[in-house]
Amino acid sequence: MSQLPFDPLLLSVVAPLAVAAAIAFGLPKRWSVLLAYAGFGVPALIALWAWIDYSSAAQAHGYAYLVRHSTGLDGLGISLTLGLNGISLPLFVLAGFVGLAAGLYAIRSGAERLKLYLMLLLIMQGGLMGVFASVDIFFFYFFHELALIPTFIMIGVWGGRDRNYAAMKVTIYLTAGAMLSLIGLIALYVKSGADSFDLITLRAYLAAHPLGATVQHNIFGLLLFGFGILVSLWPLHTWAPLGYGAAPSSAAMLHAGVLKKFGLYGLIQVALPLLPLGVGGWAHTLAWLAVIGNVLVVGFITIAQRDLKQMIGYSSVMHMGYAFLGIACYSAVGAGGVVLMMVAHGFSVALLFLLATSIHHRTHTFDMGEMGGLAQKTPVLAAFFVAATLASIGLPGFANFWGELSIFVALWKFSPLITALAVAGVIISAIYGLRSVARVFFGPATDELNRVTTANPPADLSWSEKLPALILLAALLFVGFWPKSISTPLNATLDAVYSAPARSAAP
Amino acid sequence: MPIDLLHQAHSAATSNQWAAIFPELALGCLALLLLLLEIVLPKAAHRHIPLVALLGQAGLLVGLLCNFDSVTLGATSFNGLLIHSHQGQVMRAFFLLSSLLVTVLSMISLAKQSVPRVEFTHIVLIITAAMMLLAQSNHFVTLFVTLETVTIGFYILVSYYRTSPFSLEAGLKYLIMGALSSGMLLFGITLLYGVAGRTVGADGVVHTGFEFAVLGDFLTAHPGNFLASAGILLVLAGIAFKIGAFPFQIWIPDVYQGAPTPVTAFLAVASKGAGFAVLLSVLHVFSSYHELLMPVLTVMAAATILFGNLAALTQQNVKRLIGLSGVSHAGFLLLGVLASAYVPMALGAVNFYLFAYLLASFTVFGVMAHVAGPNDAEQELDHYNGLMKSNPFLATVLAVGLGSLAGIPPLAGFMGKLFIFISAYKAGFYGLLGIAICGVVISIYYYFGWIKAAFFASADPSPAPEVKAISINWGARLVLTALAVLTIALGFYQGPLGAWVSNR
Repeated sequence: MSQLPFDPLLLSVVAPLAVAAAIAFGLPKRWSVLLAYAGFGVPALIALWAWIDYSSAAQAHGYAYLVRHSTGLDGLGISLTLGLNGISLPLFVLAGFVGLAAGLYAIRSGAERLKLYLMLLLIMQGGLMGVFASVDIFFFYFFHELALIPTFIMIGVWGGRDRNYAAMKVTIYLTAGAMLSLIGLIALYVKSGADSFDLITLRAYLAAHPLGATVQHNIFGLLLFGFGILVSLWPLHTWAPLGYGAAPSSAAMLHAGVLKKFGLYGLIQVALPLLPLGVGGWAHTLAWLAVIGNVLVVGFITIAQRDLKQMIGYSSVMHMGYAFLGIACYSAVGAGGVVLMMVAHGFSVALLFLLATSIHHRTHTFDMGEMGGLAQKTPVLAAFFVAATLASIGLPGFANFWGELSIFVALWKFSPLITALAVAGVIISAIYGLRSVARVFFGPATDELNRVTTANPPADLSWSEKLPALILLAALLFVGFWPKSISTPLNATLDAVYSAPARSAAP
Repeated sequence: MPIDLLHQAHSAATSNQWAAIFPELALGCLALLLLLLEIVLPKAAHRHIPLVALLGQAGLLVGLLCNFDSVTLGATSFNGLLIHSHQGQVMRAFFLLSSLLVTVLSMISLAKQSVPRVEFTHIVLIITAAMMLLAQSNHFVTLFVTLETVTIGFYILVSYYRTSPFSLEAGLKYLIMGALSSGMLLFGITLLYGVAGRTVGADGVVHTGFEFAVLGDFLTAHPGNFLASAGILLVLAGIAFKIGAFPFQIWIPDVYQGAPTPVTAFLAVASKGAGFAVLLSVLHVFSSYHELLMPVLTVMAAATILFGNLAALTQQNVKRLIGLSGVSHAGFLLLGVLASAYVPMALGAVNFYLFAYLLASFTVFGVMAHVAGPNDAEQELDHYNGLMKSNPFLATVLAVGLGSLAGIPPLAGFMGKLFIFISAYKAGFYGLLGIAICGVVISIYYYFGWIKAAFFASADPSPAPEVKAISINWGARLVLTALAVLTIALGFYQGPLGAWVSNR
């Protein structure tokens, strides 16, 4: 148990929601902004504290800070159970930091109807902290939906091009995915016979009474495609680039950076450990969909993009392919690699979306064909963008490298052919990454850009942009140089979770 | 012999237990009191009369909730005409709450028309009392008489805006369709009565096939009786009209559009709820014929969900839209009713869903009553363009209501759907569950389209005239806030309502 006089995880969920509620009930603008700092700051501080304190915290059932709150549904086996294990801790930290960066950026963005914007973003933040702090899979789903709803509205109200179409498409795709995974979770709940949504109870019960292979296969399929839509598994990915292209930057940062990881997290935390026999039947389908579809096809599509934001959106779809490959391996190394990669990708894609918007403020376009030579005018922005691009390609020294490396190592045991194809994808991401850097920042400025910049010459990054970018970049580098800060608790949990049910379920 | 007769009469009189139907009696008296007040009070004071109705209903509701587990629970009264059960109490609270909210809506909506107001509330109260008795009926005669009282009340209410051709058309359509459904129901009851006949019990009391228990025993003893099967199907058809289930949903869009907004709300919530209350009690009686019932109801639920959602997709008039979306809600509820034959928690799920539906629907209807112009039948989606800018309060409340109807967490509607889905999965209705999922995804399109109209700036270069700022009096504001907050709160914390689902 924690030594704190309050439940830190509950506070991290409630604080943003409480601020959002206060804004909803008509707080004046000045106070709304001040309180919003607290709404984003408190979860980030708690995440930081949990990261440092985790190794020394007392563990119960493999979770630290485990607390149970009743919501009146105990008879159904639903209760608000919060706790962190090695898998959820890195993502909890990710959610806290990216949320802080997105929040700081939003507060200073001067968006129209700022109060509503901050309110929605705070609801999203509360939901995100809840997703990764929940031990109860019902609340894990519930908080995901809570975080998802604001994105729809944010795309529709503050979105860019095609926002109405994008908002509708994202809503329908993601609802379909969420519904499919809900049925999967209900199926798991009913078929397990444990009469509980609590992950600890489910795990213990299923270890003692494993499900039949066919049932596991079917439920895993539901969860795989339900979560798969949410994570943009090819060919159900088309909502992602469109949605991210239209979404306002803070929403895109939080969704692409954190919320999208929900599906992968669900597969690693829930589906793989509880349905070990279900993975086998789907592993090859999943691996081929991921490598051909997400990595290669989407990779080539990414190269062809002219719109900077859409390119980042496609590249994030492509990187999700690696994550699916790591899941298909079904090994502790692969799953660990996926978690590392989720964290790294979360930080880097959030940083890229932030910088893309900063570029837009200076060039008034997202079309990379109408840019060029920005590096001389805005050297700091260029440095950040180059660093973020190198991170997302997976250069050693950045966190992304460790994630991809472990995935490839695990994948080699699964299928050398698929590994070869996947590694080829790294070249693709290098091509579009470096090309975008070249087209935006180097070479001669285009006429269109000159026309814009002579009218109002671009300033370099201001502090309101630099501070959130620094938070994200520092986190990337920190994890890159010291991956043990994440991998030590991660491995401890993965070893415990992944070996136990698999062994007992083996015939 | 006369002694015997006297004795029987005495025992019948003691079984009457007037106290057991005190809420219904009080509602009737309240309705009469309203008419009396209109006669005796000076004209200037007439506008306070609905307030009296409101206070009376609120008092009865509180009284009912305080005496929820009253001593008569589980007993029959009036010589077996009524049965007082937990389910009956739940439905009584449901009907009282909806009539209370309809009264509130009528105060907003009727002010925009030149129609008498006290009579409106009077009829609403009478209908509510009949519905409350209907939910507790244990005998086909009570069932039919109360149901007819409800229906006839609705004939008047639907065409209440007598200067509006839409309202009159709706009234005529509802009259014809309602008469047809009553006829089918009555024919079904007659057939069932005919086959079950009369039996003389051991105590010398004559029992007839009208009594639920007698009919139930007869059906158990005679499986596969052709006439009984026909009767059962006819009764089901009559009920399907009330709940708006496929293929008896055809009257819904026109009647919902033409009826005054408060009446549409009353039809959508209370009348549907009454249909489900009847369905639940007769299904219990018919349970031995489940080989006949299950396929029929399964097909009906699937078709209802699909039809409701697909037909709502293209609607531009919000009243038609809400009517057709209500059809799909009837489908989800049918799924829960089906599951209740196998899984005890499904009954709690249906109840929870009904209450979540009530809260969300009245939230939406409350906003509709405010936004509606002088022509009550013409409420188009375009009228909601820019609502967020001119009336942020109404827009927010609308989003909560629609979100709950769409089943988006963390709102109450989501929990209702979740409970229904869990019980349907437990009962093994995998195919229906798949259809329900498709229905939910389709429904997102039109609910979200409505929210989009209210919130998002229109991409259309020449938008329809935007909504003006609408004045909302503090009472309506309070009620709408309470409904929205309850809808959100029930999504986070189910508390005692959650016990319906989990403690059975």
